[in-house]
Amino acid sequence: MEDTVIRADGLTKFYRMGEVEVQALRGLSLQIKRGEAVAIMGPSGSGKTTLMNILGCLDRPTGGEYILDGEKVSGLTDNQLAGIRNRKIGFIFQSFNLLQRTSALANVELPMSYSDQSNSARERAVAALRAVGLESRMKHRPTELSGGEQQRVAIARALVNEPAILMADEPTGNLDSKVGQEIMNLLLTLNRERNTTLLIITHDPRISAQTQRTIQIRDGMIEENLQ
Amino acid sequence: MKINRVLRETFTSLSANKLRTGLTVLGIVIGVAAVIAMMSVGQGAQNSITSQINSIGTNVLSVSAGSRARFAPGGANNVRNIRELTLADAQAMIDPFQAPSVLAIAPILEGGNISAAANGQTTTTTVNGVTTSYFSIRNQQVTEGAFFNDQQVSAHARVAVIGVDLATTLFGQTTNLTGQTLRINGQTFTIIGVLKSQGGSSFGSADNQVIIPLTTARDRVVKRPGTSVDGIYVQATSAAAVPEASTQISNIMRLRHHVAVGKEDFSVLSQQSLLTTATSITGILTTVLGGIAAISLLVGGIGIMNIMLVSVVERTREIGLRKALGARNQDIMTQFLAESSFLSLLGGLIGILLGWLISLLIGQIASAAGTALSPAVSLNAILLATGFSIAVGLFFGIYPARRAARLEPVEALRYE
Ligand SMILES: Nc1ncnc2c1ncn2[C@@H]1O[C@H](COP(=O)(O)OP(=O)(O)O)[C@@H](O)[C@H]1O
Ligand SMILES: [Mg+2]
Repeated sequence: MEDTVIRADGLTKFYRMGEVEVQALRGLSLQIKRGEAVAIMGPSGSGKTTLMNILGCLDRPTGGEYILDGEKVSGLTDNQLAGIRNRKIGFIFQSFNLLQRTSALANVELPMSYSDQSNSARERAVAALRAVGLESRMKHRPTELSGGEQQRVAIARALVNEPAILMADEPTGNLDSKVGQEIMNLLLTLNRERNTTLLIITHDPRISAQTQRTIQIRDGMIEENLQ
Repeated sequence: MKINRVLRETFTSLSANKLRTGLTVLGIVIGVAAVIAMMSVGQGAQNSITSQINSIGTNVLSVSAGSRARFAPGGANNVRNIRELTLADAQAMIDPFQAPSVLAIAPILEGGNISAAANGQTTTTTVNGVTTSYFSIRNQQVTEGAFFNDQQVSAHARVAVIGVDLATTLFGQTTNLTGQTLRINGQTFTIIGVLKSQGGSSFGSADNQVIIPLTTARDRVVKRPGTSVDGIYVQATSAAAVPEASTQISNIMRLRHHVAVGKEDFSVLSQQSLLTTATSITGILTTVLGGIAAISLLVGGIGIMNIMLVSVVERTREIGLRKALGARNQDIMTQFLAESSFLSLLGGLIGILLGWLISLLIGQIASAAGTALSPAVSLNAILLATGFSIAVGLFFGIYPARRAARLEPVEALRYE
């Protein structure tokens, strides 16, 4: 198995806004090993989300090379990218992004609607909810859950297809610090126990202090690689 | 995505907003119900006209004055002085040499909206003055009493055979009526028979009529001098002989009326030709009614499109999320198409039921008004409505679904 799960070389991303061109990423290179927990920090507008979208195959870079889990991503079709997101990536969002009209369980089952193994969907979703400590809340709707619980449901959803990488964009941004720390502990536990690579965007130095590595981004480029 | 997952997703997202779903479905319900009801009424009209025409008999022709050509553009000028049919015309048609295919003839005098009184009751009815051959040609039967005979016709007898509806209206019963007195246009007649019920038709009930001798009708009811008649029924020797009989009669009539081919001042109609004309007219009627109703189905379809477009905008973030979780464009497309077709299919099924109820109601109203029109919901109409409503859902769902499917995942996730 490839030891380096993310290998990005000279990534650029330009947005054209009428006459002006916004350069969100300006030649960014990084490598992340399997099982690593990495924090991405940087001021607002520095390109963190843009980077994560590209690493998560939600978006395509304007230029540069990206190899994910040994697979060259540029040149893949939209459907192939969707398949990669489904199998290899688990997204966790700041605002949870749960479907309000269905139960926690149905939310966790959702990724399996788009994968081949939808037969065992129910059992796998239950197992994922158990892993985040929410098996007693499975039938509840998101509105009946606290913010921390909702983020746990979202984490269960990200886990359910056993992805190689969890990508969390400010996962504790909408939570108070105590609950935020619980979520952080959960993510780090999953990273340790399952060897799932963890990528966390955060503003909070206390959070980045708990990861093995922190990548600082400024103006679409890496400022320093603190080992 | 597996079909059962698609169905479950469709169900949860549509039941999340029941009022909206209900109103959208209602649009289709109304459209489909209208189509079903209109088509069934048209079909019912066709059935009743067809059965009326069939009751004429397969080997019977009807001759009347005037030409169908006058309905054609410029046709009115083709035929000037229309000559009335006369008893002599009728007699000429049973010439065994010139018209070997003719078995019998029955001239008829008709009087509509004639007042009939008996037993202290008064009503209006249709009076038919006929000769005895009419009964066998038109295959009439009595439930009691008898028809009048040739002597009674020659004697201008004041005798009447009445239909069951008229009997019920005047006497409240359909039996024990022979010998009773009936006043037609103030003239006293004796009832000698009651006609077997023939069922109603959209032309007015054949059961509300009085049949009296032609001679008496001319003297006392229709009051027409001379020997003119309103129509002549002709019985051909067999159903197969109808076309020849028609040709022979036309030849005789052209000679008698001194008219050339194409300038006829009379028309000869067979059951078959009537049927063809009537079917094409009711067919057009059904199509026009169904077409007008289909417009409301179209409006219902636009309602679906409208709601789906709103739904796509509202669920932009959801679409982004689904794509982040691995949904392909066609998965999103399938989901939205499933929702729009489910809406229209549900509307279609309820609409079929409602349309069927409406057509029953129309049938009730029609029969209460004296027109026995029984709307027929055909399997064709049901299949058409179901297919059409699914097609409407797909057609009006495709544009919103494509819009949803084409959303960029990153853009959709950023949407507030
Ligand atoms: N879709 C877009 N269109 C135009 N500009 C964008 C778009 N997305 C991001 N940007 C710009 O790219 C830069 C980086 O944005 P982002 O990656 O969201 O920063 P961060 O997540 O670090 O706050 C910002 O200047 C932002 O305005
Ligand atoms: Mg950001």
